[in-house]
Amino acid sequence: MSNDVETKKSKKQDNLVPIYIMGKRYDVPSSLTIQKAMEYAGYQLVRGCGCRGGICGACGTVYRFPNSYRIEVGLACQTVVEPDMYIAQLPFFPGNKAEYDIEKLEPTGATIAKYYPEIYKCVGCGTCTRSCPMDIDVMDYISRAIRGDIEGTAKLSFDCVMCGLCAARCPAEEVQYNIAILARRLYGRHIAKRASHVQKAVEYVEQGRFKKGIEQLKKMSVEELKEIYNARETEPHMGPEEWTPADKNNVIIE
Amino acid sequence: MPYTAELKKLIKIVEKTRPARVERKKRGEEFPPMSLKEREEILKYHPDFKEDGRSEIKLGPNKGYRIANEMVSLLHAPSRVDPDRVDLSSADYETDVLVIGGGGAGSAAALLARENGVKVIIATKLRMGDANTMMAEGGIQAATKSEKDSPYYHYLDAMGGGHFKNDPDLVETLVTEAPKIIAWLEKLGAMFSKFEDGRLRTMHGGGTSRKRMHYAGDITGAEIMRTVRDEVKNHSTDIKILEFSPAVELILNDKGVCAGALLYNLETEEYLVVKAKAVVLATGGSGRLHIQNFMTTNHYGATGDGLIMGYHAGVPLSFLHTVQYHPTGAVFPEQAEGLLITEKFRGAGANVLNVDGEQFVYEREPRDVEASAFIRECLERGKGVPTPTGKFGVWLDSPMIDILNGEGTVRREFPGKWILFKRYGIDITKEPMLVFPTLHYQNGGLKIDKETKTNIPGLFAGGEVSGGVHGENRLMGNSLLDVMVFGRIAGKNAAIYAKNKFKDGKLTLDHVKKYNKELKKVDIDTDSRVAPMLLPDYSNPDVRKKQLTTRYVGTIR
Repeated sequence: MSNDVETKKSKKQDNLVPIYIMGKRYDVPSSLTIQKAMEYAGYQLVRGCGCRGGICGACGTVYRFPNSYRIEVGLACQTVVEPDMYIAQLPFFPGNKAEYDIEKLEPTGATIAKYYPEIYKCVGCGTCTRSCPMDIDVMDYISRAIRGDIEGTAKLSFDCVMCGLCAARCPAEEVQYNIAILARRLYGRHIAKRASHVQKAVEYVEQGRFKKGIEQLKKMSVEELKEIYNARETEPHMGPEEWTPADKNNVIIE
Repeated sequence: MPYTAELKKLIKIVEKTRPARVERKKRGEEFPPMSLKEREEILKYHPDFKEDGRSEIKLGPNKGYRIANEMVSLLHAPSRVDPDRVDLSSADYETDVLVIGGGGAGSAAALLARENGVKVIIATKLRMGDANTMMAEGGIQAATKSEKDSPYYHYLDAMGGGHFKNDPDLVETLVTEAPKIIAWLEKLGAMFSKFEDGRLRTMHGGGTSRKRMHYAGDITGAEIMRTVRDEVKNHSTDIKILEFSPAVELILNDKGVCAGALLYNLETEEYLVVKAKAVVLATGGSGRLHIQNFMTTNHYGATGDGLIMGYHAGVPLSFLHTVQYHPTGAVFPEQAEGLLITEKFRGAGANVLNVDGEQFVYEREPRDVEASAFIRECLERGKGVPTPTGKFGVWLDSPMIDILNGEGTVRREFPGKWILFKRYGIDITKEPMLVFPTLHYQNGGLKIDKETKTNIPGLFAGGEVSGGVHGENRLMGNSLLDVMVFGRIAGKNAAIYAKNKFKDGKLTLDHVKKYNKELKKVDIDTDSRVAPMLLPDYSNPDVRKKQLTTRYVGTIR
């Protein structure tokens, strides 16, 4: 692959390693991430770069090493380069996204199948799991969705950054990450228990129960406000959930 | 890259002091918090106070205002495009409400605008959801537990954090709307962390008097962003999304109202005219300006574009003399430099320690105070932990969290960071993290009122691009709240204005021509500068030296 001249050149410069960006060789510092290595090589990124922090899914990358048949995956902003990496990015992949009104849906496998019927084409090959840069067992959450275990799909897919690598390689042409977010929203809306205290708080606000207290604060001088601020109780850090303040004046206990 | 041998030696010191510190934590003994006077003293170490980091704006509504050099440099740059060459006689797109920005505030605005019966175009620089919202971690504040908390205390906390300089109307709106936002997000299906009975789990953050930080694992921002983005994409007939199409200037009309924007297609390099009856600016922050060369937590596109466009049109700025540095940005390994390590770690009990393994500051001071304390500890007191790249940091003792709250807490509550550090060979349940302040949040911005109106009819703004909500320093958990509260208000009000108040007229970029002329008058060197920046420049100087094309003609540009 690399001839003697190239190897000698690479060895001359300390800490530079050869990588191949879409087949083209560039020698880059060994401590760089793939993303920064591309910028070092001269690419100015428009596509394929988002949060640069491992959460937005813009920089899904596939790579190989010579003499290995394995396809590796990673996020370019998180993966450190290794010598002889053969890299290609996937900044976009056309994925089927259904449109729905979450309010009107039942949290069942039938709902998932209605909007993503291709889920039944899953052959259980596990390519999606092997393509996930977030170490999610994608096949597991897809099979749960097929079985109607919406909660399982939701919890297992929680770390998904929706990079699209799974969908790009799926022989059944599913868009796993869109199936997952439907499941997560179904779980959050229809399965997880409602937080009743939130509804109460909204009602109290709508009734104007806190208006007077805040009006008083707004009228105060900075000095007066500072006094109140300094005197306010702080909920104990390691205290129990059931803690209540000594000063019951601006809270509502019913 | 796992910890080096030298750093592992220093970690042994942390392990030695840990048992005593854990006991103190269990007894409720905290490092003494600072008094308001002590807070004032420590702020002298804050980067905001470095005089040579700031300069004066020479034109426009805030002439004379001293803010960060990097921001002033952009305000002193001519427009990216020659306004005389833009054909405003026919629009490439026409809509009721144009939302500029596809993050949390932009998405919330689009949803509420649509709910109020108008058609929407979202123009975003990168992809829908590529925004700081996606990266926010710790939580979203709201006083939902009325038996121990209320908007009254939330108001106090926000004012105290902001040095009592916040706009009281904006804070009142923020804290009063907060419970409704949690209800709205829960209804959209966001997976907040809950107790068995459905009660939302909440935590403390810096400067909070009550535990009102709601969260979804350690990726609250991502969970909120994914959910609202999915909802936006469920209405493709009413909300059209233009990706990789940043706005570069606002368009007004001859009635003096905002009437759209000029977009730039990042791929075809065309400039496109969007005609609208109302515009919402939701362009987010400016961390990629790397103020004073600080690393940043922000996403790739955070270059303060909305500030530039608004300022060109005459919208005043407020509270930009302070910028928030998040106290705990990762400083090891090098690949993770600048990365946000959520305040929630400190909220869950992790101590902050100097090189001697000892505490030196109360862990939950407001961010500017906390960051200043870290800077003083490393730079002045010389007690920082040295990194292999010549930087300094302090320890964030994450192993304490499992000891205090039960094994498995870190993996359950901070799955994002656990996996991120695992990739680098560091198990954060067994080894502390190394952190230092990183550029994080634009406390101020375009001036708005509580209806998100600017001084230009038809121009609304919400989220990080606006100023006044957080005064001189934002509390943790109030930004995710800000984008939802004011994004929704902006969308709703833009829709109502578009339906009832909009006055059609001839489109104009005269304000841009005026601005460019004014720049020449105040004798600013404008060569080789344009604004807005759109994307930061991370090019390799050695590569630049070899880019020798004399003239760009034809396909190879």
